[in-house]
Amino acid sequence: MKSGSNLERVIASGKMAVTAELGPPMSADPHEVIKKANILKGFCDAANITDCQTAVVRISSIAAAVIALREGLEPVMQMTCRDRNRIAMQADLLGAAALGIKNCLCIAGDHQMFSAAGKLKGHPGAKNVYDVDTCQLVGIMKKMRDEGLQQGGDKLEVAPKFFVGASWTPMGDPMDFRPYNLKKKVDAGADFIQTQGIYDMELFKSQMEKARNLGLLERTAMLAGIIVPKSAMMLKYMDSSVAGVTVPKSLIDRMNKAKTVAGDDKKKARELQEQEGIKITVELIQQALEIPGVKGVHIQAIEWETAMEPIVKAAGLYPRPTFPEA
Amino acid sequence: MIVGQQKPFDEIWDMVKGFQKVLIYGCNTCVAICHAGGGKEAEILTSLLRMKAAQEGVDMQVDHAAIERHCEPEFFEPLDEKVRTYDLILSTACGVGVNFLADRLGGSIPVYPGINTSFYGGVPEAGFFVELCGGCGNCVLHLTGGICPIVRCSKSLMNGPCGGTNNGKCEVSNETDCAWFLIVERMKKLGTLDKLFEVQPPRDWSTGTHGGPRRVSLEHIRAYEEKEEKNAATEGR
Repeated sequence: MKSGSNLERVIASGKMAVTAELGPPMSADPHEVIKKANILKGFCDAANITDCQTAVVRISSIAAAVIALREGLEPVMQMTCRDRNRIAMQADLLGAAALGIKNCLCIAGDHQMFSAAGKLKGHPGAKNVYDVDTCQLVGIMKKMRDEGLQQGGDKLEVAPKFFVGASWTPMGDPMDFRPYNLKKKVDAGADFIQTQGIYDMELFKSQMEKARNLGLLERTAMLAGIIVPKSAMMLKYMDSSVAGVTVPKSLIDRMNKAKTVAGDDKKKARELQEQEGIKITVELIQQALEIPGVKGVHIQAIEWETAMEPIVKAAGLYPRPTFPEA
Repeated sequence: MIVGQQKPFDEIWDMVKGFQKVLIYGCNTCVAICHAGGGKEAEILTSLLRMKAAQEGVDMQVDHAAIERHCEPEFFEPLDEKVRTYDLILSTACGVGVNFLADRLGGSIPVYPGINTSFYGGVPEAGFFVELCGGCGNCVLHLTGGICPIVRCSKSLMNGPCGGTNNGKCEVSNETDCAWFLIVERMKKLGTLDKLFEVQPPRDWSTGTHGGPRRVSLEHIRAYEEKEEKNAATEGR
Protein backbone atom coordinates (compact mmCIF):
# COMPACT_ATOMS: atom_id res chain seq x y z
CA MET A 1 0.00 0.00 0.00
CA LYS A 2 1.27 3.42 -0.91
CA SER A 3 -1.00 5.34 1.44
CA GLY A 4 -3.28 2.79 3.05
CA SER A 5 -6.26 5.01 2.31
CA ASN A 6 -9.70 3.47 2.08
CA LEU A 7 -9.87 4.48 -1.59
CA GLU A 8 -6.59 2.77 -2.33
CA ARG A 9 -7.75 -0.37 -0.53
CA VAL A 10 -11.03 -0.54 -2.44
CA ILE A 11 -9.17 -0.21 -5.72
CA ALA A 12 -6.56 -2.78 -4.66
CA SER A 13 -9.34 -5.21 -3.70
CA GLY A 14 -10.54 -5.18 -7.30
CA LYS A 15 -13.97 -3.82 -6.40
CA MET A 16 -15.35 -0.84 -8.28
CA ALA A 17 -14.54 2.35 -6.38
CA VAL A 18 -16.99 5.18 -5.76
CA THR A 19 -15.92 8.72 -5.01
CA ALA A 20 -18.18 11.69 -4.43
CA GLU A 21 -17.74 15.41 -4.16
CA LEU A 22 -18.11 17.81 -1.24
CA GLY A 23 -17.87 21.52 -1.92
CA PRO A 24 -16.93 23.54 1.19
CA PRO A 25 -19.09 26.59 1.97
CA MET A 26 -18.34 30.30 1.57
CA SER A 27 -18.57 30.67 5.31
CA ALA A 28 -16.64 29.96 8.48
CA ASP A 29 -19.42 27.64 9.64
CA PRO A 30 -18.25 24.01 9.78
CA HIS A 31 -21.79 22.62 9.97
CA GLU A 32 -22.30 22.69 6.23
CA VAL A 33 -19.31 20.40 5.80
CA ILE A 34 -20.45 18.20 8.70
CA LYS A 35 -23.94 17.94 7.21
CA LYS A 36 -22.71 17.05 3.73
CA ALA A 37 -20.17 14.58 5.11
CA ASN A 38 -22.90 12.71 6.96
CA ILE A 39 -25.11 12.57 3.88
CA LEU A 40 -22.28 11.15 1.76
CA LYS A 41 -20.84 8.80 4.38
CA GLY A 42 -21.52 5.17 3.53
CA PHE A 43 -22.33 5.89 -0.10
CA CYS A 44 -18.80 6.48 -1.34
CA ASP A 45 -15.30 5.28 -0.51
CA ALA A 46 -13.95 8.80 -0.33
CA ALA A 47 -15.16 12.29 -1.20
CA ASN A 48 -13.29 15.01 -3.03
CA ILE A 49 -13.02 18.22 -1.06
CA THR A 50 -12.78 20.96 -3.64
CA ASP A 51 -10.12 23.65 -3.35
CA CYS A 52 -11.84 27.01 -3.86
CA GLN A 53 -13.56 25.82 -7.03
CA THR A 54 -14.25 28.48 -9.65
CA ALA A 55 -11.68 30.59 -7.78
CA VAL A 56 -14.17 31.59 -5.09
CA VAL A 57 -13.04 31.77 -1.46
CA ARG A 58 -14.41 28.93 0.65
CA ILE A 59 -13.27 26.90 3.66
CA SER A 60 -9.88 25.60 2.56
CA SER A 61 -9.77 22.06 1.24
CA ILE A 62 -7.31 20.99 3.92
CA ALA A 63 -9.53 22.25 6.77
CA ALA A 64 -12.74 20.89 5.26
CA ALA A 65 -10.99 17.57 4.64
CA VAL A 66 -10.12 17.32 8.32
CA ILE A 67 -13.71 18.14 9.32
CA ALA A 68 -14.97 15.41 6.96
CA LEU A 69 -12.44 12.96 8.32
CA ARG A 70 -13.66 13.62 11.88
CA GLU A 71 -17.16 12.75 10.69
CA GLY A 72 -15.91 9.43 9.38
CA LEU A 73 -15.84 10.35 5.70
CA GLU A 74 -12.52 9.77 3.97
CA PRO A 75 -11.49 12.88 2.07
CA VAL A 76 -9.67 13.30 -1.22
CA MET A 77 -8.11 16.68 -0.61
CA GLN A 78 -7.96 18.64 -3.85
CA MET A 79 -5.01 20.91 -4.40
CA THR A 80 -4.92 23.46 -7.18
CA CYS A 81 -1.77 24.96 -8.64
CA ARG A 82 -3.43 28.37 -8.76
CA ASP A 83 -3.02 29.59 -5.20
CA ARG A 84 0.20 28.19 -3.80
CA ASN A 85 3.82 27.94 -4.79
CA ARG A 86 5.79 24.76 -4.24
CA ILE A 87 6.81 25.86 -0.76
CA ALA A 88 3.23 26.36 0.42
CA MET A 89 2.08 23.22 -1.39
CA GLN A 90 4.61 21.00 0.28
CA ALA A 91 4.03 22.62 3.65
CA ASP A 92 0.29 21.95 3.26
CA LEU A 93 0.99 18.39 2.17
CA LEU A 94 3.06 17.75 5.27
CA GLY A 95 0.35 19.33 7.40
CA ALA A 96 -2.43 17.39 5.70
CA ALA A 97 -0.58 14.11 6.14
CA ALA A 98 0.08 14.95 9.79
CA LEU A 99 -3.67 15.51 10.20
CA GLY A 100 -4.47 12.10 8.73
CA ILE A 101 -5.35 12.94 5.13
CA LYS A 102 -4.29 10.18 2.74
CA ASN A 103 -5.62 11.08 -0.71
CA CYS A 104 -4.80 14.15 -2.74
CA LEU A 105 -6.00 15.15 -6.18
CA CYS A 106 -3.80 17.53 -8.17
CA ILE A 107 -5.52 19.99 -10.48
CA ALA A 108 -4.57 23.16 -12.30
CA GLY A 109 -7.55 25.00 -10.83
CA ASP A 110 -10.02 27.35 -12.47
CA HIS A 111 -8.34 30.60 -13.46
CA GLN A 112 -9.32 33.50 -11.18
CA MET A 113 -10.71 35.41 -14.19
CA PHE A 114 -13.09 32.53 -14.76
CA SER A 115 -15.22 33.26 -11.71
CA ALA A 116 -15.87 36.76 -13.00
CA ALA A 117 -18.00 35.19 -15.71
CA GLY A 118 -20.27 33.53 -13.14
CA LYS A 119 -22.79 34.85 -10.65
CA LEU A 120 -20.28 35.57 -7.92
CA LYS A 121 -17.79 38.40 -7.75
CA GLY A 122 -14.81 36.17 -7.00
CA HIS A 123 -11.39 37.80 -7.20
CA PRO A 124 -10.60 38.39 -10.87
CA GLY A 125 -7.87 40.87 -9.88
CA ALA A 126 -5.98 38.33 -7.78
CA LYS A 127 -2.41 37.35 -8.59
CA ASN A 128 -2.22 33.66 -9.41
CA VAL A 129 0.75 31.44 -8.75
CA TYR A 130 1.13 28.49 -11.14
CA ASP A 131 4.65 27.86 -9.91
CA VAL A 132 4.18 24.20 -10.84
CA ASP A 133 1.53 22.55 -12.99
CA THR A 134 -0.54 19.42 -12.36
CA CYS A 135 2.02 16.97 -13.75
CA GLN A 136 4.76 18.59 -11.72
CA LEU A 137 2.68 18.57 -8.52
CA VAL A 138 1.97 14.87 -9.02
CA GLY A 139 5.71 14.33 -9.38
CA ILE A 140 6.44 16.33 -6.23
CA MET A 141 4.00 14.24 -4.18
CA LYS A 142 5.46 11.03 -5.52
CA LYS A 143 8.99 12.17 -4.78
CA MET A 144 8.01 13.14 -1.23
CA ARG A 145 6.31 9.80 -0.64
CA ASP A 146 8.67 7.39 -2.39
CA GLU A 147 12.03 9.08 -1.96
CA GLY A 148 11.39 11.04 1.22
CA LEU A 149 12.63 14.17 -0.53
CA GLN A 150 11.26 17.64 -1.02
CA GLN A 151 11.22 19.01 -4.54
CA GLY A 152 14.25 21.12 -3.71
CA GLY A 153 16.13 18.01 -2.51
CA ASP A 154 15.96 18.39 1.27
CA LYS A 155 15.24 15.21 3.19
CA LEU A 156 11.96 14.50 4.97
CA GLU A 157 12.34 12.53 8.16
CA VAL A 158 8.77 11.31 7.88
CA ALA A 159 7.42 11.31 4.34
CA PRO A 160 3.76 12.14 3.65
CA LYS A 161 2.11 9.02 2.22
CA PHE A 162 -0.50 10.15 -0.26
CA PHE A 163 -2.56 8.22 -2.74
CA VAL A 164 -1.95 10.63 -5.58
CA GLY A 165 -4.62 11.55 -8.07
CA ALA A 166 -4.96 13.75 -11.11
CA SER A 167 -7.89 14.86 -13.20
CA TRP A 168 -8.31 14.12 -16.89
CA THR A 169 -10.58 15.71 -19.48
CA PRO A 170 -10.76 12.89 -22.02
CA MET A 171 -12.96 14.81 -24.43
CA GLY A 172 -11.27 18.18 -24.16
CA ASP A 173 -9.63 19.46 -27.29
CA PRO A 174 -7.24 18.81 -28.89
CA MET A 175 -8.87 15.42 -28.40
CA ASP A 176 -6.20 13.35 -30.13
CA PHE A 177 -3.62 14.68 -27.64
CA ARG A 178 -5.67 13.91 -24.53
CA PRO A 179 -4.49 10.28 -24.20
CA TYR A 180 -0.91 11.59 -24.17
CA ASN A 181 -1.91 14.24 -21.68
CA LEU A 182 -3.07 11.35 -19.50
CA LYS A 183 0.16 9.49 -20.14
CA LYS A 184 2.16 12.40 -18.78
CA LYS A 185 0.12 12.41 -15.57
CA VAL A 186 0.59 8.66 -15.20
CA ASP A 187 4.30 8.92 -15.98
CA ALA A 188 4.56 11.64 -13.34
CA GLY A 189 3.06 9.23 -10.81
CA ALA A 190 -0.74 9.53 -10.71
CA ASP A 191 -2.10 6.50 -8.84
CA PHE A 192 -5.67 7.31 -9.77
CA ILE A 193 -7.47 9.51 -12.26
CA GLN A 194 -10.85 11.17 -11.99
CA THR A 195 -12.26 12.36 -15.26
CA GLN A 196 -14.30 15.39 -16.19
CA GLY A 197 -18.03 14.61 -16.35
CA ILE A 198 -18.87 12.19 -19.16
CA TYR A 199 -22.22 11.99 -20.92
CA ASP A 200 -21.04 10.70 -24.28
CA MET A 201 -19.98 7.17 -23.30
CA GLU A 202 -19.16 6.09 -26.86
CA LEU A 203 -16.66 8.89 -27.22
CA PHE A 204 -15.20 8.12 -23.78
CA LYS A 205 -14.89 4.48 -24.78
CA SER A 206 -12.81 5.40 -27.82
CA GLN A 207 -10.54 7.65 -25.72
CA MET A 208 -10.15 4.82 -23.20
CA GLU A 209 -9.17 2.47 -26.01
CA LYS A 210 -6.32 4.84 -26.88
CA ALA A 211 -5.29 5.06 -23.23
CA ARG A 212 -5.33 1.27 -23.04
CA ASN A 213 -3.15 1.00 -26.14
CA LEU A 214 -0.64 3.27 -24.43
CA GLY A 215 -0.59 0.80 -21.52
CA LEU A 216 -1.88 3.40 -19.08
CA LEU A 217 -4.82 1.56 -17.59
CA GLU A 218 -2.67 -1.02 -15.81
CA ARG A 219 -0.61 1.77 -14.30
CA THR A 220 -3.36 3.97 -12.92
CA ALA A 221 -6.91 3.51 -11.60
CA MET A 222 -9.39 5.23 -13.89
CA LEU A 223 -12.49 6.60 -12.19
CA ALA A 224 -15.05 7.80 -14.72
CA GLY A 225 -16.57 11.15 -13.80
CA ILE A 226 -20.36 11.45 -13.82
CA ILE A 227 -22.01 14.79 -13.04
CA VAL A 228 -25.58 14.16 -11.89
CA PRO A 229 -27.90 16.18 -14.14
CA LYS A 230 -30.65 18.02 -12.33
CA SER A 231 -32.53 19.64 -15.18
CA ALA A 232 -32.72 19.99 -18.94
CA MET A 233 -31.32 23.49 -18.54
CA MET A 234 -28.26 22.20 -16.71
CA LEU A 235 -27.57 19.63 -19.42
CA LYS A 236 -27.88 22.25 -22.14
CA TYR A 237 -25.55 24.57 -20.26
CA MET A 238 -22.99 21.80 -19.75
CA ASP A 239 -23.14 20.92 -23.43
CA SER A 240 -22.69 24.46 -24.65
CA SER A 241 -20.45 26.03 -22.04
CA VAL A 242 -18.43 23.53 -20.04
CA ALA A 243 -15.02 22.75 -21.53
CA GLY A 244 -14.56 19.14 -22.55
CA VAL A 245 -18.19 18.17 -21.97
CA THR A 246 -20.56 17.14 -24.74
CA VAL A 247 -24.06 15.92 -23.99
CA PRO A 248 -25.80 13.68 -26.53
CA LYS A 249 -29.08 15.16 -27.77
CA SER A 250 -30.95 12.03 -26.65
CA LEU A 251 -30.18 12.80 -23.00
CA ILE A 252 -31.28 16.42 -23.32
CA ASP A 253 -34.47 15.20 -25.02
CA ARG A 254 -35.18 12.82 -22.15
CA MET A 255 -34.84 15.60 -19.63
CA ASN A 256 -36.97 17.93 -21.74
CA LYS A 257 -39.64 15.28 -21.90
CA ALA A 258 -39.62 14.86 -18.11
CA LYS A 259 -40.07 18.60 -17.82
CA THR A 260 -42.88 18.86 -20.38
CA VAL A 261 -44.90 16.03 -18.85
CA ALA A 262 -45.37 18.16 -15.73
CA GLY A 263 -47.03 20.92 -17.72
CA ASP A 264 -47.30 24.15 -15.71
CA ASP A 265 -46.62 22.46 -12.37
CA LYS A 266 -43.13 23.76 -11.65
CA LYS A 267 -42.62 21.67 -8.53
CA LYS A 268 -43.56 18.53 -10.38
CA ALA A 269 -41.37 19.50 -13.33
CA ARG A 270 -38.42 19.78 -10.97
CA GLU A 271 -39.18 16.44 -9.31
CA LEU A 272 -39.60 14.62 -12.59
CA GLN A 273 -36.37 16.07 -13.97
CA GLU A 274 -34.52 15.08 -10.81
CA GLN A 275 -35.89 11.54 -11.06
CA GLU A 276 -34.85 11.37 -14.69
CA GLY A 277 -31.43 12.81 -13.77
CA ILE A 278 -30.89 10.04 -11.24
CA LYS A 279 -32.01 7.44 -13.80
CA ILE A 280 -29.63 8.84 -16.43
CA THR A 281 -26.79 8.85 -13.88
CA VAL A 282 -27.37 5.21 -12.96
CA GLU A 283 -27.35 4.24 -16.64
CA LEU A 284 -24.17 6.22 -17.26
CA ILE A 285 -22.49 4.55 -14.27
CA GLN A 286 -23.42 1.11 -15.52
CA GLN A 287 -22.15 1.90 -19.01
CA ALA A 288 -18.92 3.34 -17.63
CA LEU A 289 -18.23 0.36 -15.41
CA GLU A 290 -18.43 -1.92 -18.43
CA ILE A 291 -15.62 -0.15 -20.22
CA PRO A 292 -12.42 -2.20 -19.84
CA GLY A 293 -9.96 -0.47 -17.56
CA VAL A 294 -12.50 1.56 -15.61
CA LYS A 295 -11.89 0.98 -11.90
CA GLY A 296 -14.74 3.01 -10.50
CA VAL A 297 -16.81 6.15 -10.76
CA HIS A 298 -16.48 9.69 -9.50
CA ILE A 299 -20.06 10.84 -8.96
CA GLN A 300 -20.56 14.58 -8.62
CA ALA A 301 -23.97 15.46 -7.21
CA ILE A 302 -23.17 19.14 -7.00
CA GLU A 303 -25.09 20.81 -4.14
CA TRP A 304 -27.36 17.74 -4.25
CA GLU A 305 -25.58 15.29 -1.98
CA THR A 306 -28.83 13.46 -1.07
CA ALA A 307 -28.90 12.06 -4.61
CA MET A 308 -25.91 9.85 -3.82
CA GLU A 309 -27.87 7.28 -1.81
CA PRO A 310 -30.50 6.41 -4.44
CA ILE A 311 -27.87 6.51 -7.22
CA VAL A 312 -25.38 4.23 -5.53
CA LYS A 313 -28.12 1.82 -4.46
CA ALA A 314 -29.74 1.67 -7.89
CA ALA A 315 -26.38 1.18 -9.56
CA GLY A 316 -25.76 -1.91 -7.43
CA LEU A 317 -22.81 -0.25 -5.72
CA TYR A 318 -24.21 -0.50 -2.20
CA PRO A 319 -23.08 -1.38 0.41
CA ARG A 320 -19.55 -0.03 0.07
CA PRO A 321 -16.76 -2.41 1.02
CA THR A 322 -15.21 -2.04 4.45
CA PHE A 323 -11.82 -3.15 5.69
CA PRO A 324 -10.56 -3.93 9.16
CA GLU A 325 -8.40 -1.15 10.60
CA ALA A 326 -4.83 -1.62 9.50
CA MET B 1 8.96 45.33 -28.96
CA ILE B 2 7.61 46.78 -25.74
CA VAL B 3 3.92 47.53 -26.01
CA GLY B 4 2.25 50.21 -23.93
CA GLN B 5 -0.95 52.19 -23.72
CA GLN B 6 -1.40 55.80 -22.75
CA LYS B 7 -2.81 56.24 -19.26
CA PRO B 8 -6.35 57.63 -19.01
CA PHE B 9 -6.22 61.40 -19.43
CA ASP B 10 -7.84 62.10 -16.05
CA GLU B 11 -5.16 60.06 -14.31
CA ILE B 12 -2.46 62.01 -16.15
CA TRP B 13 -4.10 65.31 -15.25
CA ASP B 14 -4.22 64.30 -11.57
CA MET B 15 -0.50 63.58 -11.73
CA VAL B 16 0.58 66.80 -13.39
CA LYS B 17 -1.88 69.47 -12.19
CA GLY B 18 0.22 70.61 -9.24
CA PHE B 19 3.26 71.48 -11.39
CA GLN B 20 4.04 74.68 -13.23
CA LYS B 21 6.54 73.66 -15.90
CA VAL B 22 5.97 70.25 -17.38
CA LEU B 23 7.82 68.44 -20.16
CA ILE B 24 6.08 65.62 -21.97
CA TYR B 25 9.00 63.48 -23.04
CA GLY B 26 8.37 60.94 -25.79
CA CYS B 27 10.36 57.96 -26.99
CA ASN B 28 10.45 57.24 -30.70
CA THR B 29 11.07 53.51 -30.60
CA CYS B 30 8.67 50.80 -29.35
CA VAL B 31 6.02 53.04 -27.81
CA ALA B 32 5.88 55.16 -30.96
CA ILE B 33 5.03 52.07 -33.00
CA CYS B 34 2.17 51.24 -30.66
CA HIS B 35 0.89 54.83 -30.81
CA ALA B 36 1.27 55.30 -27.07
CA GLY B 37 4.23 57.53 -26.37
CA GLY B 38 6.21 58.62 -29.43
CA GLY B 39 6.93 62.23 -30.35
CA LYS B 40 3.55 62.56 -32.04
CA GLU B 41 1.64 61.27 -29.02
CA ALA B 42 3.70 63.50 -26.72
CA GLU B 43 2.70 66.49 -28.84
CA ILE B 44 -1.00 65.60 -28.80
CA LEU B 45 -0.91 65.02 -25.05
CA THR B 46 0.76 68.39 -24.64
CA SER B 47 -2.10 70.11 -26.50
CA LEU B 48 -4.68 68.30 -24.40
CA LEU B 49 -2.94 69.29 -21.17
CA ARG B 50 -2.65 72.93 -22.26
CA MET B 51 -6.40 72.99 -23.01
CA LYS B 52 -7.23 71.33 -19.73
CA ALA B 53 -5.01 73.76 -17.81
CA ALA B 54 -6.71 76.71 -19.53
CA GLN B 55 -10.12 75.23 -18.78
CA GLU B 56 -9.30 74.70 -15.13
CA GLY B 57 -7.62 78.09 -14.80
CA VAL B 58 -4.31 76.50 -13.85
CA ASP B 59 -1.16 78.42 -14.69
CA MET B 60 1.00 75.80 -16.32
CA GLN B 61 3.61 75.65 -19.06
CA VAL B 62 3.54 72.38 -20.97
CA ASP B 63 6.15 71.53 -23.62
CA HIS B 64 7.07 68.40 -25.47
CA ALA B 65 10.17 66.72 -26.78
CA ALA B 66 11.17 63.29 -27.98
CA ILE B 67 14.33 61.30 -28.44
CA GLU B 68 15.02 58.06 -30.26
CA ARG B 69 15.45 55.89 -27.18
CA HIS B 70 14.97 56.25 -23.47
CA CYS B 71 17.18 53.34 -22.45
CA GLU B 72 20.71 54.47 -23.36
CA PRO B 73 22.61 57.56 -22.10
CA GLU B 74 23.82 58.95 -25.40
CA PHE B 75 20.32 59.64 -26.70
CA PHE B 76 19.54 61.81 -23.68
CA GLU B 77 22.67 63.94 -23.84
CA PRO B 78 21.60 66.56 -26.43
CA LEU B 79 18.51 67.51 -24.41
CA ASP B 80 19.92 67.10 -20.91
CA GLU B 81 20.25 70.79 -20.21
CA LYS B 82 16.76 71.67 -21.43
CA VAL B 83 15.21 68.78 -19.46
CA ARG B 84 16.70 70.05 -16.22
CA THR B 85 14.76 73.32 -16.51
CA TYR B 86 11.38 71.65 -15.84
CA ASP B 87 9.50 70.93 -12.59
CA LEU B 88 8.16 67.64 -13.85
CA ILE B 89 8.98 65.24 -16.65
CA LEU B 90 6.02 63.21 -17.79
CA SER B 91 7.71 60.43 -19.71
CA THR B 92 5.71 58.61 -22.33
CA ALA B 93 8.47 56.05 -22.72
CA CYS B 94 7.96 52.54 -21.40
CA GLY B 95 8.66 51.77 -17.75
CA VAL B 96 12.29 51.13 -18.63
CA GLY B 97 12.58 54.67 -19.94
CA VAL B 98 10.89 56.18 -16.88
CA ASN B 99 13.27 54.32 -14.54
CA PHE B 100 16.28 55.13 -16.66
CA LEU B 101 15.57 58.85 -16.78
CA ALA B 102 14.58 59.02 -13.10
CA ASP B 103 17.89 57.36 -12.17
CA ARG B 104 19.72 59.74 -14.49
CA LEU B 105 18.11 62.78 -12.88
CA GLY B 106 18.84 61.31 -9.48
CA GLY B 107 15.94 62.90 -7.62
CA SER B 108 16.52 66.46 -8.87
CA ILE B 109 13.24 66.44 -10.86
CA PRO B 110 10.38 63.95 -10.60
CA VAL B 111 9.73 61.69 -13.60
CA TYR B 112 6.15 60.41 -13.89
CA PRO B 113 4.78 57.73 -16.23
CA GLY B 114 2.43 58.82 -19.01
CA ILE B 115 1.77 55.31 -20.25
CA ASN B 116 1.14 51.87 -18.83
CA THR B 117 3.77 49.43 -20.07
CA SER B 118 1.84 46.36 -21.05
CA PHE B 119 4.03 43.60 -22.44
CA TYR B 120 6.65 42.35 -24.90
CA GLY B 121 4.71 41.75 -28.04
CA GLY B 122 4.34 41.77 -31.79
CA VAL B 123 2.11 43.59 -34.26
CA PRO B 124 0.33 40.97 -36.38
CA GLU B 125 -1.72 43.72 -38.02
CA ALA B 126 -1.85 47.50 -37.83
CA GLY B 127 -3.33 48.63 -34.52
CA PHE B 128 -3.30 45.15 -33.00
CA PHE B 129 -0.69 44.03 -30.51
CA VAL B 130 -0.26 40.65 -28.86
CA GLU B 131 1.89 39.44 -25.99
CA LEU B 132 4.42 36.88 -27.14
CA CYS B 133 7.24 36.69 -24.58
CA GLY B 134 7.42 36.84 -20.80
CA GLY B 135 11.12 37.58 -20.51
CA CYS B 136 11.45 34.61 -18.15
CA GLY B 137 15.17 34.25 -18.70
CA ASN B 138 15.05 30.58 -19.65
CA CYS B 139 13.59 30.12 -23.10
CA VAL B 140 11.75 26.89 -23.93
CA LEU B 141 10.41 27.80 -27.36
CA HIS B 142 12.32 24.91 -28.95
CA LEU B 143 10.12 22.56 -26.92
CA THR B 144 6.82 24.21 -27.76
CA GLY B 145 6.89 24.95 -31.46
CA GLY B 146 7.82 28.61 -31.00
CA ILE B 147 4.73 29.35 -28.88
CA CYS B 148 5.47 30.66 -25.40
CA PRO B 149 3.68 28.66 -22.69
CA ILE B 150 4.76 31.14 -20.04
CA VAL B 151 2.75 34.11 -21.28
CA ARG B 152 0.47 32.69 -23.94
CA CYS B 153 -0.98 30.11 -21.54
CA SER B 154 -3.04 31.82 -18.83
CA LYS B 155 -1.70 29.34 -16.27
CA SER B 156 1.91 29.23 -17.56
CA LEU B 157 1.61 25.46 -17.81
CA MET B 158 4.66 23.52 -18.92
CA ASN B 159 2.66 20.31 -19.39
CA GLY B 160 -0.56 21.55 -20.91
CA PRO B 161 -3.27 21.73 -21.96
CA CYS B 162 -5.47 21.90 -18.86
CA GLY B 163 -9.14 20.96 -18.84
CA GLY B 164 -10.24 24.48 -19.67
CA THR B 165 -9.68 24.34 -23.44
CA ASN B 166 -12.97 24.99 -25.19
CA ASN B 167 -13.02 24.87 -28.99
CA GLY B 168 -9.40 25.91 -29.02
CA LYS B 169 -10.04 28.88 -26.73
CA CYS B 170 -8.90 29.54 -23.17
CA GLU B 171 -11.27 29.40 -20.18
CA VAL B 172 -10.24 32.97 -19.36
CA SER B 173 -11.93 34.38 -22.47
CA ASN B 174 -13.35 32.99 -25.69
CA GLU B 175 -11.30 35.62 -27.50
CA THR B 176 -8.05 34.16 -26.17
CA ASP B 177 -6.50 31.24 -28.00
CA CYS B 178 -5.49 28.27 -25.86
CA ALA B 179 -1.69 28.29 -26.20
CA TRP B 180 -1.49 24.55 -25.65
CA PHE B 181 -4.03 23.90 -28.35
CA LEU B 182 -1.81 25.93 -30.68
CA ILE B 183 1.32 24.18 -29.42
CA VAL B 184 -0.09 20.70 -30.07
CA GLU B 185 -1.26 21.66 -33.56
CA ARG B 186 2.09 23.34 -34.37
CA MET B 187 4.11 20.38 -33.12
CA LYS B 188 2.00 18.05 -35.26
CA LYS B 189 2.81 20.13 -38.34
CA LEU B 190 6.48 20.19 -37.44
CA GLY B 191 6.42 16.42 -36.97
CA THR B 192 7.75 16.79 -33.42
CA LEU B 193 4.67 15.97 -31.34
CA ASP B 194 6.67 13.32 -29.47
CA LYS B 195 8.63 16.13 -27.78
CA LEU B 196 5.43 16.93 -25.89
CA PHE B 197 5.16 13.43 -24.44
CA GLU B 198 7.94 14.10 -21.98
CA VAL B 199 7.04 15.51 -18.57
CA GLN B 200 8.70 18.89 -18.09
CA PRO B 201 10.00 19.15 -14.52
CA PRO B 202 9.29 22.10 -12.20
CA ARG B 203 10.96 25.21 -13.57
CA ASP B 204 13.68 27.27 -12.00
CA TRP B 205 11.89 30.63 -11.96
CA SER B 206 14.92 32.42 -10.50
CA THR B 207 15.97 33.38 -14.02
CA GLY B 208 12.81 35.50 -14.18
CA THR B 209 11.53 38.26 -11.93
CA HIS B 210 11.31 35.78 -9.04
CA GLY B 211 15.07 35.75 -8.59
CA GLY B 212 15.26 39.45 -7.75
CA PRO B 213 16.29 42.27 -10.13
CA ARG B 214 18.25 40.94 -13.08
CA ARG B 215 21.29 42.20 -14.94
CA VAL B 216 23.39 40.98 -17.79
CA SER B 217 27.08 41.79 -17.63
CA LEU B 218 29.22 41.18 -20.71
CA GLU B 219 32.68 41.23 -19.21
CA HIS B 220 34.56 41.26 -22.53
CA ILE B 221 32.62 44.29 -23.76
CA ARG B 222 33.08 46.10 -20.46
CA ALA B 223 36.82 45.35 -20.43
CA TYR B 224 37.16 46.58 -24.00
CA GLU B 225 35.29 49.81 -23.25
CA GLU B 226 37.43 50.40 -20.16
CA LYS B 227 40.59 49.92 -22.21
CA GLU B 228 39.37 52.32 -24.90
CA GLU B 229 38.61 54.92 -22.27
CA LYS B 230 42.05 54.53 -20.74
CA ASN B 231 43.70 54.83 -24.15
CA ALA B 232 41.74 57.97 -24.91
CA ALA B 233 42.78 59.46 -21.58
CA THR B 234 46.46 58.62 -22.19
CA GLU B 235 46.36 60.07 -25.68
CA GLY B 236 44.63 63.17 -24.40
CA ARG B 237 47.44 63.69 -21.94
